[in-house]
Amino acid sequence: MIEVIGVTKVFPGPDMDFTALGGVSLTVQDNEFFTLLGPSGCGKTTLLRVIAGFEYPTSGSVLLDGKDLLAQPPYRRPVNTVFQSYALFPHMSVAENIAFGLEMLNKPKAEIRKTVADMLDLVRMTPMADRKTSEISGGQQQRVALARALAPRPKVLLLDEPLSALDYKLRKDMQLELKRLQAETGITFIFVTHDQEEALTMSDRIAVMNAGTVRQIGSPREIYDQPSERFVADFIGETNFITADLVGVEGDGSGLVRVRLAGGVETHVQAPSSDLASAMSNGPVTLAIRPEHAILVDEPQGLLKGALENVVYFGTDTHFHVALDDGGLFVLRQQNQPGQRSDMSVGDRVGLSLGRGVGQILRD
Amino acid sequence: MTDAALVHVQKERRSRWMLLTPALVVLFIAASGPLLIVMLYSFLTAGPYGGVEWSFSIDGWFSVLLQRDFFSEELTFADAHLSIFWRSVKLSLLTAVITFLIGFPTAYFIATRPKRQRDIWMLLIIIPFWTNLLIRTFAIMELIRAEGTVNLVLLWLGIIDTPIQMLFTEFAVLFGMAYVYLPLMVLPIYASLERLDFRLVEAGYDLYATRWQVLKRIIFPLAKPGVIAGSILVFVPSLGAYVTPRVLGGGKQLMLGNLIELQFGQGRNWPLGAALSLTLLAIVMIALFVYVRAAGTEENGHG
Repeated sequence: MIEVIGVTKVFPGPDMDFTALGGVSLTVQDNEFFTLLGPSGCGKTTLLRVIAGFEYPTSGSVLLDGKDLLAQPPYRRPVNTVFQSYALFPHMSVAENIAFGLEMLNKPKAEIRKTVADMLDLVRMTPMADRKTSEISGGQQQRVALARALAPRPKVLLLDEPLSALDYKLRKDMQLELKRLQAETGITFIFVTHDQEEALTMSDRIAVMNAGTVRQIGSPREIYDQPSERFVADFIGETNFITADLVGVEGDGSGLVRVRLAGGVETHVQAPSSDLASAMSNGPVTLAIRPEHAILVDEPQGLLKGALENVVYFGTDTHFHVALDDGGLFVLRQQNQPGQRSDMSVGDRVGLSLGRGVGQILRD
Repeated sequence: MTDAALVHVQKERRSRWMLLTPALVVLFIAASGPLLIVMLYSFLTAGPYGGVEWSFSIDGWFSVLLQRDFFSEELTFADAHLSIFWRSVKLSLLTAVITFLIGFPTAYFIATRPKRQRDIWMLLIIIPFWTNLLIRTFAIMELIRAEGTVNLVLLWLGIIDTPIQMLFTEFAVLFGMAYVYLPLMVLPIYASLERLDFRLVEAGYDLYATRWQVLKRIIFPLAKPGVIAGSILVFVPSLGAYVTPRVLGGGKQLMLGNLIELQFGQGRNWPLGAALSLTLLAIVMIALFVYVRAAGTEENGHG
């Protein structure tokens, strides 16, 4: 278990200091696939480098199984990194790269040979063992970097955007491969990415970061369905933001609250979290509604009304852009069905229907 | 390919050769011309007042290693020449080793400074280059002579009570050459260290390598091309060094360069001088061949 407690990292600058991490706290469980997700410059890589030992935090502490990790230099930490650039040693072969960590740990020769063979097998690189690292493709380098970091059996594996240099198809394959490796080795993975789709498909839990702070931690489903604030809702997937008035809290513990929409209609939506629901006071709030959670209906049945502004066909689904009567734009996504044809055209009056509990109130 | 295109390609190839011609001619004349003259001279007879007489003789080559006793006509090895060969090789190797030991940390230090600072440090390394070699050599002389700065300071501190004889020793020559050729070691090592991806160093630390292991297993192998280039750049001119052994060795610690000069000057034995020059060239080439071979196989052993 890794505990990050109040870690702050300030880089002194000539003009002004830059706070890369502003008091980050989080806990990663054993054998968890934990993702740090955020835009570039949010501090996710800095946090990774603090755990690896390449940066020393300005304040705060990092514990591994209850022991202080910061007291140890990087070469004593049972933590290995897969670098974004892979950082394979160009003067060594594939097998020598994988053996490096084991040699540094003074493992017996026979054990090194066996582990290297196992690792080559695990990442399916056995035929390439004697190649130079410059003689293999990007995807293969990626797998060697993984094997090299996994070979010493670290307690925690840190992955710094390891898939960002790969093309789309290869990236998809590697995502599954990483999940498989994590399941097979039982090692805790801390994965850094700015790709929300990657984060959602691979992670057990995600920490969404912005400007050096953690904004929300939760399972991919929690992060997607119940974003706690505007930044998270906006960064993960697409979201419509509409304003509404909170008019009442349901006392049934469902975490639902009643809001009045722009047209005067009332509906039930999710509070930021169920225990917060009772503490909320009436007044204006912002709602986040996913494009695929609203349904396009005839105008009279809609909770929200507007005019169809644009229809964009995407193959698997179609996006409808609706100009709401109160001025906002609402994007709605519908999956395409075989044989289905849309009789709606640009300029038509349409309504938007929301099921009970669809829509999420964002924290201020 | 059409005929027209083929003609075009041929034409382009021809004009490329034409453009290269002046450079090739200059290179050919400059590189092989003097060498051929020296080779020719080495097989001629020495003139009584210097120069050569146009009759074939191998006396020049003969005298490189052997000497005929003046009275008994007995053949013996030319001990003086051999000791000078040995001193030249020994001092040049030591110079290369010393400049490496000082130059590698220096280059590493500079390569790890922030980008803007590096130029300043490099400038400090290069500035001595802009000063005349003779002046730099005399400066060292001033430093280490019997009444020089070093001795005066040591006397004043009471560490010694009589000045140490440093000038006109092998130490003086070595000291001078290491100082003069140090930049030639620093520059190529710096060039290869500057290109070094320091993320590899981080990867080394990440994989449980200590500082020393990172240096030995990652930084040094990657800087090796620079070390090889630097060693050659220092060793080759050291072997033929003239000014430094002349001034700091005081005519007692002769090196090959001085011996050759002697033959063309006071010795009035141009064929021997020419043969010695070619011997020097051969030593350099053999040394380089052995060195590059050794450096190459070691790398193969690793990878």
